[in-house]
Amino acid sequence: MAVSAASRARRLGRLERPALTGVLVREIVNFSSYWRSSTFSSTVEPTIYLLAFGFGFGSIVSRIAGYEYIDFVGTGIVATAVLFSSAFPAMFGTFVKYSFQRTYDAILAAPVDTEELVTAEALWIATRAGVYGSVPLLVALVFGLDPGWGMLTVPLVAWLAGFGWASFGISVAGFAKSFENFNYVVSAVLTPLFLVAGTFFPLSQLPEWAQVLAQFNPLYHCVQLVRHAAFGFDGWADVGHLAALVSFGLLMWRIAIYAMERKLID
Amino acid sequence: MLPTGKLTGMSGELAIRLRGVVKRYGPITAVNGLDLDVPVGTCVGLLGPNGAGKSTTMRLLTAQSIADEGELQVLGFRLPGESKAARAECGVVPQLDNLDVTLTVEQNLLVFAHLYRIGRAERRGAIERALAMANLVDRRDTRVDKLSGGMRRRLLIARGLVHRPRLVLLDEPTVGLDPQVRQELWALIDALRSEGTTILMSTHYIEEAQRLADTVLIMSHGSAVAAGPPTQLVAEHAGREALEVYGPPSRLAEVEAEAGAAGLRTRRTGTSVSILGVDGHSRYAAAGERRPANLEDVFVLLTGEEIA
Repeated sequence: MAVSAASRARRLGRLERPALTGVLVREIVNFSSYWRSSTFSSTVEPTIYLLAFGFGFGSIVSRIAGYEYIDFVGTGIVATAVLFSSAFPAMFGTFVKYSFQRTYDAILAAPVDTEELVTAEALWIATRAGVYGSVPLLVALVFGLDPGWGMLTVPLVAWLAGFGWASFGISVAGFAKSFENFNYVVSAVLTPLFLVAGTFFPLSQLPEWAQVLAQFNPLYHCVQLVRHAAFGFDGWADVGHLAALVSFGLLMWRIAIYAMERKLID
Repeated sequence: MLPTGKLTGMSGELAIRLRGVVKRYGPITAVNGLDLDVPVGTCVGLLGPNGAGKSTTMRLLTAQSIADEGELQVLGFRLPGESKAARAECGVVPQLDNLDVTLTVEQNLLVFAHLYRIGRAERRGAIERALAMANLVDRRDTRVDKLSGGMRRRLLIARGLVHRPRLVLLDEPTVGLDPQVRQELWALIDALRSEGTTILMSTHYIEEAQRLADTVLIMSHGSAVAAGPPTQLVAEHAGREALEVYGPPSRLAEVEAEAGAAGLRTRRTGTSVSILGVDGHSRYAAAGERRPANLEDVFVLLTGEEIA
């Protein structure tokens, strides 16, 4: 006779809050030990981009697509900051946690399923991206960008895009056989997407096929939303951009869960 | 004191019940038709050489591996479907240290108090109790990477016990530790046992199994080759006494041949040959040293001399 589970009635469901909280608490407690370095790099990096492009290019081109160049870049770099503070930490952090530190083995031995683990990790990275992604905008404000109410939505846009990119990074780490595999993703996927997102120059300068392809670039939608948040929303176009980011997030989230289940459960 | 008090001592109930469990990795069958019973309130030792399937069995019990065939029940929950509910009441101490090394001792316990869903009101007390049990009260603010190997292992065990689990899974709890630390951990595990916590412990240290386990299950090539209390296993498989014969390799080979001819079983112990079950055979009286048969004799007899 096996023990009759007294608590059988309390069958545990999917995506339970205590499981998500547990994983988030681990990240928050860990963050308290490394927040300085991570905040430093997430703040300094976009500032350097902003200064380099803003003043470097800005001295040659003063206005672009109807904006002051510094304003154009200052808003565009939000998307870059989101990418750097979500996709990269997700890729490397996930890999380190399952292969070197074996953290995920410990977490999955507790009442947490892979789906909850991945979701909580993506939520955490998205939240960081929401904060760090907004930093360039603050820097741009210092350099003369006019403040506007719409800008208050930027952290949410950064969060949403960050969720998608975090899930993307977790997926890559889940499918990767080794650290070296990340090079292919960075060179073949992230770099082109990063350059062809309308961050540093408007897409209207590109051939038509590239403009069509850009519609599939989540960074482009993030750039557009942030720019419109700063300079005025554009009705249905922005609903489209928002829908693109939501779809990207949902798709990548499910892929990340699939990839990590394959990796962690044998 | 124990939350499971009403269950301890209830005879005949099983905390773990495995029937015909099979787990394959490609062409390799890691677990091959394993039956395993762990009665409530007992400590069962899973003993076997490296590669016998002990760690895979441990992973199956937390549904980190999914069995290809067979029935698995942990604390009355069917795996893998109800695994999360089972895991909530299990404590797992992994073989490989996976503590958060940049966090302090207390922070590590705090994280697991959350992961194991200990309510806000009881969290503080649970952490203090775990600190006391691991004898790390003075080290609560020390970062894990500053702890000695023994302290880390104690913390690893305390982390798995922070929520007072009904069942504890210990995967090679003392592997790679020096004898002093090992004894210290044995005392800790023995204290758990005496409180009535059910324990499943995998080990390839015979002494560990002999000292701590009420029942030992010897695994070889993914299945159970023998199970029972250590003394009973020894009596059944190795007899009462063994004769240990020392000598140069050529002499040892002769001794083996002689014993084989007399229908006795032998095993090599590196520098000597042990002839088992010599209890009634007086003609071997002068050839070497008589000693009581032990679990190691059984282990080598049943799992073979070659290490996989």
